[in-house]
Amino acid sequence: MKILVCIKQVPGTSQVEIDEKTGTLKRDGVPAKMNPFDLYALETAMRIRAAAPGGAEVAVLTMGPPQCEKVVREAFMMGADTGAILSDRAFGGADVLMTSFTLSKGVAKAGPFDVIVCGKQTTDGDTAQVGAELAEWLDIPHVAGVKSIDRVGEDSIDLTVDEPDCTVSERIPYPFLMTVEKGIFEPRLPSYRLKCATADREISWLGLKDLDDNDPKHYGLNGSPTQVKRIFPPENDVKRVTLEGDDKAKAAALADLLDERKFLR
Amino acid sequence: MNKKFDEADLAALRAICGEARVTPRDAIGDDYCHDELGGGFARPDARVVVSSTEEISAVMRYANEHRIPVTVRGSGTGLVGGAVPLCGGILLDTSAMTRILELDEQNMTLTLEPGVLLMDVAKYAEERGYLYPPDPGEKTATIGGNISTNAGGMRAVKYGVTRDYVRALEVVFPDGTVATLGGKVAKNSSGYSLKDLVVGSEGTLAIVAKATLRLLPLPKFKISLLVPFPNLEAAIRTVPLVIRASSVPTAVEFMEREVILAAEQFQGRKFPDNSADAYLMLTFDGASQQEIDLAYEAAAKTCLEAGAIDVFLSDTQERNESIWSARGAFLEAIKASTTEMDECDVVVPRSHVADFVLFSRALQEKHGVRIRSFGHAGDGNLHIYVLRDDLDEETWKAKLAAAFGDLYAKAREFGGQVSGEHGIGFAKKPFLAESLSPEVRTIMRSIKAAFDPNGILNPGKIV
Repeated sequence: MKILVCIKQVPGTSQVEIDEKTGTLKRDGVPAKMNPFDLYALETAMRIRAAAPGGAEVAVLTMGPPQCEKVVREAFMMGADTGAILSDRAFGGADVLMTSFTLSKGVAKAGPFDVIVCGKQTTDGDTAQVGAELAEWLDIPHVAGVKSIDRVGEDSIDLTVDEPDCTVSERIPYPFLMTVEKGIFEPRLPSYRLKCATADREISWLGLKDLDDNDPKHYGLNGSPTQVKRIFPPENDVKRVTLEGDDKAKAAALADLLDERKFLR
Repeated sequence: MNKKFDEADLAALRAICGEARVTPRDAIGDDYCHDELGGGFARPDARVVVSSTEEISAVMRYANEHRIPVTVRGSGTGLVGGAVPLCGGILLDTSAMTRILELDEQNMTLTLEPGVLLMDVAKYAEERGYLYPPDPGEKTATIGGNISTNAGGMRAVKYGVTRDYVRALEVVFPDGTVATLGGKVAKNSSGYSLKDLVVGSEGTLAIVAKATLRLLPLPKFKISLLVPFPNLEAAIRTVPLVIRASSVPTAVEFMEREVILAAEQFQGRKFPDNSADAYLMLTFDGASQQEIDLAYEAAAKTCLEAGAIDVFLSDTQERNESIWSARGAFLEAIKASTTEMDECDVVVPRSHVADFVLFSRALQEKHGVRIRSFGHAGDGNLHIYVLRDDLDEETWKAKLAAAFGDLYAKAREFGGQVSGEHGIGFAKKPFLAESLSPEVRTIMRSIKAAFDPNGILNPGKIV
């Protein structure tokens, strides 16, 4: 069984400058890290590997400038077996559609895979669309918002999906793609032992010339039908509420607040 | 002898602080009669919420003239009963004095009122590129309380404790006199350091009305290591090796699997790893990535050579959050796992930490009582909790006394001290008395009498 996890390097903070011309993030010189949501995807893959009846292999795939090798190395430190990087100037400035298209070409090259696991979204783009679009390009079923893996079988996985007002448990046959919720499993920490053991492990680098469609117009900024007009860091939406009145009134108001936020259900 | 608190006293206090900020005995809730752990419970005759040095001074002048006991209180998060008004009288509440008065960037000091919460001090400093190094686990404590107990915290291995970061104090003496002790100076050899005496005096010598704290530049890079070991002994015996092997870690904590499981259950959240019996948690900070990489690699190698199962790296906010939030919940988690508990906060030389922890474990069997511990392996300050569980009152008292007797005796034997960071209050008084020579106790009492000849400040505490 082969499992793929798509990962992305994102800025380490929300204080990132924007390139006014292209509407993309200026990533040079900014501390970077693995997209926090991808940690859950990686952990999910490791758990599936551990539960797979005949064993499994976990591969990771990322796309970005050469320095994104760091997140692949980090995935090795968390237990991934192999890694591939899509990196080419022609891929730069890709929108959601072009990103998922390019990834699908990379998957075609590195695959096939029985299960593809993606994080719910990234912390820089925040669209939560790349996973589903990748599945569409690959023409495989996909399921979003997975909150638990209930059984790993020979030819299918049972899982539970978080819907706004209910949860749905389903059995999905391979191959398919899932995006997982934050909190599905507590991600393991990178291991120093694995860091030493995988320091020399080869990573497969894929450029435009390696893909089966190598028309540069089909990739990156050139191929992107959407344009970012404005991009800005999210506003801090932490709100403070002060409850007034006597103890009884305050307790009642607090109970209402907790109920409204679904803490009491 | 203290006189009985009456209506006239209440009226006088109201004249000083206003009607709304003076609460009479009958209207004072239980929250103000105890702290987080000390076991003591006593109701003050009046709770007075002060808002300025002048008010504190006026209250003290009145209390001194009328021989009314005064116990100062911040957030009430103490663990040894320091803020419990044992003799009634006035509970002087500084929690409303929450102004940050000055950030002096030339001298790198922060001047503030005593009611500012520790978490707000840390946040204020960090947002401006500074670090206030003392880092006790209880972030809702006030800075006044931290100063009164000379609070320590996890970063003490590298940075020291609260006393090392107090440059100056504006204090009110029991007779109402206001004085500034120390100053914005980096050195000071000018006579007895009364400032350092007031730090850690648990409100028995003077009331802290304003503090000037020393700040450091904020280290920009940080990495934590979570290091699993096959057993506790292997983990703790590695600590001195790690501290010697590389640049000094900011924190070295040890924890056992049972405590992690309790924290997981308490928080409803999984810890990143719970497969090993014992763990060390190390943190390194520095001004560059290279600096912390060098430090942590040396430490990681040392740990592996000393028998660590692996070394896990935590280098992002999410990862730090997943391990340190659990660490922060240990006390509450242990508390939630039992009916009642008491804590031994001894500090022993680093070379004896392993022996001391193993000794404390063995006491479980000897006395037939559950004992849990975690703590600052790097600075020798241990937190050992004796848990009551289903024991009846009499058995509990007896077992606790026996276990504590053994613990404090062992700490003395190892050259340790009664309290590393929580203070003496009244809960640890007998143990302090045992550990001090009569001559030293006499000098301590003389110091108390010199500051507070009428004995009105926090009576019944420390000595």
